[in-house]
Amino acid sequence: MTILVQPMPWLRTAAFSLALRAGVDVESTSVSGLSGLVCEMVQRGAGSHSSRELVSIQDNLGMDRSSGVSTSTSNFGASMPAESLRKAIALYAEIVQNPHLPEEQLEDARLMSLQEIRANEDEPTHRVMQRLRQMHYGPVLGRSTHGTQDGIQSIKQSDVRSFFESYYQAAGSILAVAGNVDVDQVYQWVEESFGQWKTQPLSEIAAASGETGYEHLTSGSSQTHIGFSFDTIPYGHPEYFKMRAGIGILSDGMSSRLFDRVREQQGLCYTVTASCHSLKQHAGVFGYAGTTPERAQQTLDVTLDEVNHLTQGLTTAELERWQIRIQSLLIMEQESSASRASSIASDFYQVGRPITTQELESAIESLTVDQVRDYWLNHPPGDYRIVTLGPNRLSTPQDLK
Amino acid sequence: MPEFRETTLSNGLRVAAEIDSRGYSAAFGYFVRAGSRNETDPQSGLSHFLEHMMFKGTATRTAADVNRQLDELGGQGNAYTTEEQTVYYATVLPKFQDRLIDLLTDMLSPALSDEDFETERNVILEEIAKYEDQPPFGAFERSMEIHYGPRGLGRRVLGTAESIREMTASRMRDYFLRMYRPDNLVLAASGNLDFDGLISQLEKQTAHWGERHLAVSNASAVDDASALPPGISLDQRLVVPEINQSYLVRISNGPSESSTDRYAARVLASIIGDEGGSRMFWDLIDTGRAEVATIWPHEFTDCGAWFTYLVCSPQDLHANRNLVDKIFEDIVNHGVTDEELTQTINKASAGIIMQSERPSNRLFGLGSRWLTSGKYLSTDDKLDRIKSISVDDVSNAAKDYFSDASYHEVVASKE
Repeated sequence: MTILVQPMPWLRTAAFSLALRAGVDVESTSVSGLSGLVCEMVQRGAGSHSSRELVSIQDNLGMDRSSGVSTSTSNFGASMPAESLRKAIALYAEIVQNPHLPEEQLEDARLMSLQEIRANEDEPTHRVMQRLRQMHYGPVLGRSTHGTQDGIQSIKQSDVRSFFESYYQAAGSILAVAGNVDVDQVYQWVEESFGQWKTQPLSEIAAASGETGYEHLTSGSSQTHIGFSFDTIPYGHPEYFKMRAGIGILSDGMSSRLFDRVREQQGLCYTVTASCHSLKQHAGVFGYAGTTPERAQQTLDVTLDEVNHLTQGLTTAELERWQIRIQSLLIMEQESSASRASSIASDFYQVGRPITTQELESAIESLTVDQVRDYWLNHPPGDYRIVTLGPNRLSTPQDLK
Repeated sequence: MPEFRETTLSNGLRVAAEIDSRGYSAAFGYFVRAGSRNETDPQSGLSHFLEHMMFKGTATRTAADVNRQLDELGGQGNAYTTEEQTVYYATVLPKFQDRLIDLLTDMLSPALSDEDFETERNVILEEIAKYEDQPPFGAFERSMEIHYGPRGLGRRVLGTAESIREMTASRMRDYFLRMYRPDNLVLAASGNLDFDGLISQLEKQTAHWGERHLAVSNASAVDDASALPPGISLDQRLVVPEINQSYLVRISNGPSESSTDRYAARVLASIIGDEGGSRMFWDLIDTGRAEVATIWPHEFTDCGAWFTYLVCSPQDLHANRNLVDKIFEDIVNHGVTDEELTQTINKASAGIIMQSERPSNRLFGLGSRWLTSGKYLSTDDKLDRIKSISVDDVSNAAKDYFSDASYHEVVASKE
């Protein structure tokens, strides 16, 4: 288990972010949704506390908490007044090491998971982006973090117990703490609470197996929802920020090319975006635009045209705007222990070492427009995956047959 | 501790600031008393449409200049419109204060050109279509339309596709001059900022705003109350063929911004409907009966509403609705417990402290309150109010608001 602590003595709060290597990528397909269900079940009573007692203790400590699963991790986090941190760490140590996993509550937790799946199906944007993710990363790494109805229905108590025993363990787990804390004291608290946690070998991370193509989901929706993606390099890659700056120029801020050229100048849509998403070894640029059916074809064409011509007319001013934006965000991150703790944990997971704010600042500051252009000339967007949802199918570029 | 300062400029523009020189950032926002409740039928959607047009350029800046300069300041900025206000805001590093104020202030003298108006009309129509596809598929707007009537507070913020298609740029210019008078606006600021510099800059840059009220033409026409505005229906059922879940919204009267029991009402809402550990959570969410089951009070200037929101599968809607009613009945008859109150106060107090750490979080309460009531509440004032709530206060609020069953309900589902 890795412990990372950043003191932020100017704050009144502290926050932690705990990531375990227990994501949807280690589920077997027949029980898709198991990691999420286990993440829920461990919080239904632990150590000497019932489910209700846990919530009552957390509320009384003033903890604003979150939990959930991602492709490769199960995550628990909370922010709170700094004086609550010691008890909070002890409580979450119980949750991830000694949960009751009460069999009589499995049915309730299962119904909860099914509610989430049905609700997501009612969000067209979610449907498009989830289907796109599957096409992009393939059936394992592209899995929905909510699982499938069939998978959730098949889960037995023995599956819950065995997933917990296999994947809730110290190896590969990361605990990041930020806020008004003393580093040595935090180490000591973590040692007291997690020192005896078992360590088992980690399983290999699956390879991505996405495919290019176009898929249309027919719907009577008011808008046509368009999702597209293409391969890129993950966070931590030596050239990452050259790539990321290009996507920033394309989509970060109100003067970005997609917002300015697709929305502001042509009025084609309300939402149009592109962003980078990284797994440990794979990554993608994912884009979305929503527009009424009669403007959908034009919106797709214009949007992809902007992406494909990213290197044309790149200016230093565009890069500088993006640099100032990221620098401001990094400085403002110092105002929030929760946001800092979560960045520390995800940086470490991706890169395998902590990254300081200063290191990020200088990596971004040193970028030049030539570097960004060269990167994108050498790695042009292509092999698109496209998913649309709406009344009609659209025409997509030739290479998507 | 942060320092509060306020002043009124010679043209009537009010300025309120909470200054904390320890901060890494500063947040600034214009709060305009212009929302959908101020509109007539032919103006329906104008407050929000105008909000979009403020980003379309001024006498000295093109639309591209406005957006580019906002980005050059690294500002995390945007705008929103409600039933009662339109707000333009950004958070920047302290060194960018002067440039941001120059930009935001200039934006509030928009060019409002015919060409930009036509392009932006399409964007607004797209925004309306976007929300038609999203849960709860118009159920909140419909509940307000039924509860308050389709005008005033019940008027939709975005307008309707019909009202937006019929809108004219000249109607917008007239509405702008009427609503964006300096005495109808507040500039609020929070965080690490230079107050004296702010005031002297604003005095110069907004001097000409005082002429706006002179330019307003005749008074607005009165709507025909016997007919529904174009595009409005008052059906309590919204049929959305492809959806899986049912979405129920219930609305009843609640505390206003000036009600003495509004803090008790917030505590009550947390005990009944908070997302973790409330009565609705244990009965409906923890058991997997519903995806969402919650309540909250929404305070307007002169009145307020309670919203109850329930999302579940259509076949469980009736049973879940009964469970919700049972929770209301129990709390009216038996009140709340000491334990529930302590837990909620501890959680809410921590929430206030955590929220107060970012200037951008503090800005909205500060500006909105100064605009509507001219009052300031520090973080410590808020903590004192929450901590002084008693079991009786909360139990009485439950009796006052939930004893009689006078409410309106809207359900969106597939049939």
